[in-house]
Amino acid sequence: MSWQQVGLLMNLSKKELRMSGFNGNKGITNSTDGQVSLAQMRAGERGRILRIIGGRGLVYKLEALGIREGEEIKKVSEQWMRGPVLLKHGHSQVALGFRMASRVLVRVTGEHK
Amino acid sequence: MGNPNVGKSAIFSRLTGAHVIVSNYAGTTVEFVKGSMRIAGHDVELVDVPGTYTLNPTNNAERIAVGMLMDRDDEDVVLNVVEATNLERSLNLTLQLLSKRTPIVVALSFWDEAKHRGVSIDADELENILGVPCIPICAVTGWGINHLVEKIKEARPSSYQYSEREKWNEIGKIVEKVQTLTHRHHTLLERLGDASVKPITGLPIAVAVLFLAFQLIRFIGEGLISHVCEPVFETLWSPVMLKLSSLLGSTGFVHDLVIGQLLEGQIDYGQSFGLLTTGLFVPLGAVLPYVLAFYTVLSFLEDFGYLPRLAIMVDTLMHRLGLHGLAIVPMLLGLGCNVPGVLSTRILETRRERFISATILSIGVPCAALQAMVVGLVARHGVANLGIVYGTLFIVWLTLGVLLNCTTRGESPEIFVEIPPYRIPYLRSLLKKIWMRMKWFVREAVPFVLLGVLLVNILYTLGVIQFVGQITEPVVTQILGLPSDAVGALIIGFFRKDVAVGMLAPLGLTGKQLVIASVVLAMYFPCVATFATLVRELGIADMLKSAGIMIVSSLIVGGLLNLILT
Repeated sequence: MSWQQVGLLMNLSKKELRMSGFNGNKGITNSTDGQVSLAQMRAGERGRILRIIGGRGLVYKLEALGIREGEEIKKVSEQWMRGPVLLKHGHSQVALGFRMASRVLVRVTGEHK
Repeated sequence: MGNPNVGKSAIFSRLTGAHVIVSNYAGTTVEFVKGSMRIAGHDVELVDVPGTYTLNPTNNAERIAVGMLMDRDDEDVVLNVVEATNLERSLNLTLQLLSKRTPIVVALSFWDEAKHRGVSIDADELENILGVPCIPICAVTGWGINHLVEKIKEARPSSYQYSEREKWNEIGKIVEKVQTLTHRHHTLLERLGDASVKPITGLPIAVAVLFLAFQLIRFIGEGLISHVCEPVFETLWSPVMLKLSSLLGSTGFVHDLVIGQLLEGQIDYGQSFGLLTTGLFVPLGAVLPYVLAFYTVLSFLEDFGYLPRLAIMVDTLMHRLGLHGLAIVPMLLGLGCNVPGVLSTRILETRRERFISATILSIGVPCAALQAMVVGLVARHGVANLGIVYGTLFIVWLTLGVLLNCTTRGESPEIFVEIPPYRIPYLRSLLKKIWMRMKWFVREAVPFVLLGVLLVNILYTLGVIQFVGQITEPVVTQILGLPSDAVGALIIGFFRKDVAVGMLAPLGLTGKQLVIASVVLAMYFPCVATFATLVRELGIADMLKSAGIMIVSSLIVGGLLNLILT
């Protein structure tokens, strides 16, 4: 199944898929309008969550920890071979899988020294 | 109730004096524990539950917590533990609890850590807003606990109203009113925390931590055995036993049961197999030192907060096994004892993950008791043999995980876990935890080992082991290349694997045979305690499936070793 089909199953439009950075099986491309997914963000960058795309499961899970649209986060680290992404939100750090991280759309606001 | 890793169990053990494990990672508590305390002259029952972020649970541990809340009576009080350093997130659960209109008292935990991090909270103002008592505490040191106890009486339902849609705005407003932040610089621990999750620094750190842990366990374990346990048994206990031996007439069934066989007039704790000789030496002299060493190291890593970070580093590997990084926690606990290991698979969300992890855990992860005996016995024939045992079990663990991942239906979710800050372990609670685990070991292990030794004697006397040995000879001798006597160890291995390995000692096996026997003993079937836990956690059907995999894979692996090794 291609990502487009997955996207359709999740009731997403093609535009949303492009926004999310999904591009066939490669998974990610660089987006031009300053929006990136949490997976694309570089470690050490800060950003604001624009949208969380995907099943209600992920939205609920993140929301339960207070991570939702409009929140400021920082990407602490990423792992090789599409390993989990660690983000910092307030005083807590949360690790989430690469695919989950690809569904969190972020506008990068700055880099942390 | 409260979010994971906010100190619920620490408060519970402070209040009740009950012994529960407290660690620094989400998901330490996976079942509810009851205890009691006295408040104003009344006996009160207290229940410690697993942590949860919301009242919509996503895994079994959370389900237990929410189920407990739903089963409450009208007079029950909910003690909601709120992490002062994460007020906003914690209040999400608090508001959900308040809307249940049940009497609540709020404990603001990690008060000291919040101060260090520049977070200050106006507890009185929070109390005014929420309409329930809010008490600052520090659970590990016990600061504020007395005040909390006094205030439990004042728990009351709140009349706080909010709309679900405006929840986060509402929480934001509360936080703005009660919390002030001052900027603090990164501490050394925070920098260390970041370094251990970046691939370039994190992988070497993980390797170093595991290597050091292994060396430390060996150092403590071997040191205790050769400097404390063996001298105590040899110089203090042996004379007593020899006296008893002559009193019992040096031969006969009772003598052999209590003292066992003397070798050249002396007691050999490895081979005599009497209740008071081998039966006591195995758990207390040979296994206990390693169990102590293992739990000292594990407890430190738990309290420091390393386990969830290790989970991040091994996540990619664990995906190949149909699991995610957090599944490393049950595996590590399993290296101590398989029972808590299997129990902690509850932190995994799906049935599929629990089946895979519990199965490869009980096949490929040997418990400390088994390891201690294997190390003692196999290492005599060369450390390389020990390497083969561990190497084989690791390959089996890996291969089986990959196979189960391909053949078990369904998909496994990705990791999703909060990573706590590193914390310097509080020495008293660390020592208490190690002490508790030792007590459990002695209480669980000694009776079973004695039962095992008793059984060995009875079964030998009745000729049962010799009989089963004859029937199973084709399998044991032809496939595994072991003498038919070794079947006794396989029978007893169901009770205690340490006793089973002990039974191999008098057989005079070669290095190769010891390697095969150790590997097969580790894999073929869980001990009775683990078996019971597996049945409870997986259900009968999956347990039978799991047991089938164990028996078949142990025969295949044992047979292969017999062919390959020289």
